Amino acid sequence: MTTILPLSGWGRYPIVDCPVNFPGSPDAARALVAQLPDSIARGNGRSYGDASLNCAATLDLKRLDRMLAFDPESGTMTCEGGVMLSDLIDAMLPRGWFPPVTPGTKFVTIGGMIASDVHGKNHHGSGSFCDSVAWLDLDTGEGRARRCSATENTDLFAATCGGMGLTGIIVRAAFRMLRVETSMVRQKTIHAPDLAAAMALFEQTSDWTYAVAWIDCLARGSALGRSVLLLGEHATLAELDPERRSTPLHRPKRRVKRVPVDFPGFALSRPIVKLFNRSYYAAQRAGERLVDLDPYFYPLDALLDWNRIYGRGGFVQYQCVLPLATSAVGIRALLEEVSAAGNASFLAVLKRMGPQSFGILSFPLEGYTLALDFPATPASLALVERLDAITAAHGGRVYLAKDACMTAERFAASYPRAPDFRAVLDRIGTRRAFSSSLSRRLEI
Amino acid sequence: MIAFPVLILGARSDIGRALARAYAARGATVILAGRGDLTDDCSDLMLRTGGNASTVAFDVTDGAPDAFFQSLGTVPGTIVLVAGLLGDQAKSAADDAAAALVMETNYTGAARYLLAGARVMQGTANACIIGISSVAGDRGRGSNYIYGSAKAGLTAFLSGLRNAHAKTGLHVMTVKPGFVRTQMTAGMKLAPPLTASPEQVADAILRAHEKHRDVLYVLGRWRLVMTIIAAIPESIFKKLSL
Ligand SMILES: Cc1cc2nc3c(=O)[nH]c(=O)nc-3n(C[C@H](O)[C@H](O)[C@H](O)COP(=O)(O)OP(=O)(O)OC[C@H]3O[C@@H](n4cnc5c(N)ncnc54)[C@H](O)[C@@H]3O)c2cc1C
Ligand SMILES: NC(=O)c1ccc[n+]([C@@H]2O[C@H](COP(=O)([O-])OP(=O)(O)OC[C@H]3O[C@@H](n4cnc5c(N)ncnc54)[C@H](OP(=O)(O)O)[C@@H]3O)[C@@H](O)[C@H]2O)c1
Repeated sequence: MTTILPLSGWGRYPIVDCPVNFPGSPDAARALVAQLPDSIARGNGRSYGDASLNCAATLDLKRLDRMLAFDPESGTMTCEGGVMLSDLIDAMLPRGWFPPVTPGTKFVTIGGMIASDVHGKNHHGSGSFCDSVAWLDLDTGEGRARRCSATENTDLFAATCGGMGLTGIIVRAAFRMLRVETSMVRQKTIHAPDLAAAMALFEQTSDWTYAVAWIDCLARGSALGRSVLLLGEHATLAELDPERRSTPLHRPKRRVKRVPVDFPGFALSRPIVKLFNRSYYAAQRAGERLVDLDPYFYPLDALLDWNRIYGRGGFVQYQCVLPLATSAVGIRALLEEVSAAGNASFLAVLKRMGPQSFGILSFPLEGYTLALDFPATPASLALVERLDAITAAHGGRVYLAKDACMTAERFAASYPRAPDFRAVLDRIGTRRAFSSSLSRRLEI
Repeated sequence: MIAFPVLILGARSDIGRALARAYAARGATVILAGRGDLTDDCSDLMLRTGGNASTVAFDVTDGAPDAFFQSLGTVPGTIVLVAGLLGDQAKSAADDAAAALVMETNYTGAARYLLAGARVMQGTANACIIGISSVAGDRGRGSNYIYGSAKAGLTAFLSGLRNAHAKTGLHVMTVKPGFVRTQMTAGMKLAPPLTASPEQVADAILRAHEKHRDVLYVLGRWRLVMTIIAAIPESIFKKLSL
């Protein structure tokens, strides 16, 4: 049964009326995909823009959420595409397993993680999520699922990993998980007075598994790029306090709050953000300590519906990656543009990325990635366009999972392997079977 | 006290799946009974909780409830009847077989299964039978009175069973979920303040089960809504389009 719903991504911009189906089993999904001439998969709608919206037909796959098997020898989990990462962690962390790569929220589905080939704070050493995917079953609408892996249907595998749902429905997947001894993270906090210092720190600390920097976007001039670098390692049993060692995998219950209403527009005005950034920067004591895994990996998940802070108009997130060679100059140019515009950017995150992955449309590129968000006002949309130009000029590209604004020309220029992607779809004959507002906008 | 194992009759439904997860999370051994293949749901429960689960084939209209309970090989501590069929009112009104199926699924079949269940559970400590009925059974309405009357039968049955067993130690709970966002209601316009999620229903049922509640309206507002609807004089009620 189809329901027409106004859908959006996490940024609540744009909003599109979509006929939605909620298949409860792979069979039900197969029947739908076989019958619909044009559809797109939707996971938990945590991509920011229009990737999981199709006004012809959208398939919400959250009911496809069964964990099917776990092999403790190899650490391989097999599950359906709609399984929520938060459920996976709840089930597996008590047994000492953690996802090999995790985005900054655990409210995403495994299918969404594969389709965006998500990266974590460990991309420089561990690659992106799809590097840990052993195989996936893709329903392309021909009445059966195709098993895709590094040895089977390899080109379809490379197209699907990072393919934004445009190759079909990921009904099942198997991926390797990471063994951990505890549910804590040994965190090291370092303050960087400016951008050059932050980047130098990333280079010097590349042996740490996790690394991320929070930038105070409102710092200008010589303080441009002032940031706090948070490094992390899964804590070992021996590192825990003696009293915690008997329950090393226990996670304290987190108090979760909701944002009850849409904030009025002024809430994010410049002085308020300035205050927030300042207090955030100051609150991070330098040095090393043990912290719980949830606040370390998912600082924003404690505030449900936090996208409402940006008010009814929604917001856009801007995330780009620049190649290593142009990162220093390019990131500086981006930050200068932002700070000159004075748009309040609540969150600014800088990460070092490792080599590009095998996914044809995967985002990561060896270099630096910067993520910012703005309320979706005309002024910030104009700013995003200027940022796009800077990114392009430095040979970088924008993350499709966050994008709501890019043009088809920019996409073609910054994702040079897009023709290979189309060639795979042409070969299997499903070129137009899956599309989204994003794929139409970018003419993928 | 929740007595194990928990038998879920109609485990492939959205509410049934949410219930199975909620009971398993409480450490219950869960038996999933349903028409289709439930092996994936069973693996899922075990992986999520590390607990035990099994599956058994079940059709509420098969007329063989005693054989079903004998084949289980164990006596359930808790039975939750979730299976139900909304059907299509116009079709049920026009077609005898369609009407019969709605009646059998929601009432005759359901009541026979629960009677057989009550027989096998006799003497089991903390035994509990939970039946998912519906506010549609509180008063017959033109738009769904075949389904509604069958649920009314189920509601009356559960109330009688509860009364009959008040002294035997078998607890009986009637659940009226109100609107729930499931495949049964997909495509329908449901008023958000009166609509619950399957997970909400499951949570409410577990809490009410522990407290030995008799009748549960998942969303308290429904009790009020149905009280008002029940109070409308029939002479007026019959003219409303409901
Ligand atoms: C607070 C926050 C922090 C984030 N941090 C990071 C981060 O650190 N790193 C990072 O990489 N990303 C990050 N993201 C982005 C997020 O990880 C991705 O957008 C992810 O794809 C969202 O998953 P989802 O299940 O919500 O998918 P949706 O948003 O519903 O869909 C995203 C894409 O996946 C496709 N898709 C979903 N399910 C399937 C399926 N079963 N089969 C085929 N295609 C499917 C959709 O068609 C769509 O193109 C963050 C997002 C938020 C809100
Ligand atoms: N959704 C609501 O708004 C709402 C409101 C009030 C009450 N309820 C009641 O809640 C219960 C669960 O419904 P739901 O909303 O979760 O919808 P659902 O997913 O459609 O569940 C109905 C279930 O009943 C099963 N069933 C139907 N006929 C059967 C038969 N002959 N034998 C065995 N199983 C049978 C179906 O099995 P298959 O999967 O094999 O088809 C299905 O799993 C039902 O009793 C329903 O009447 C629902």
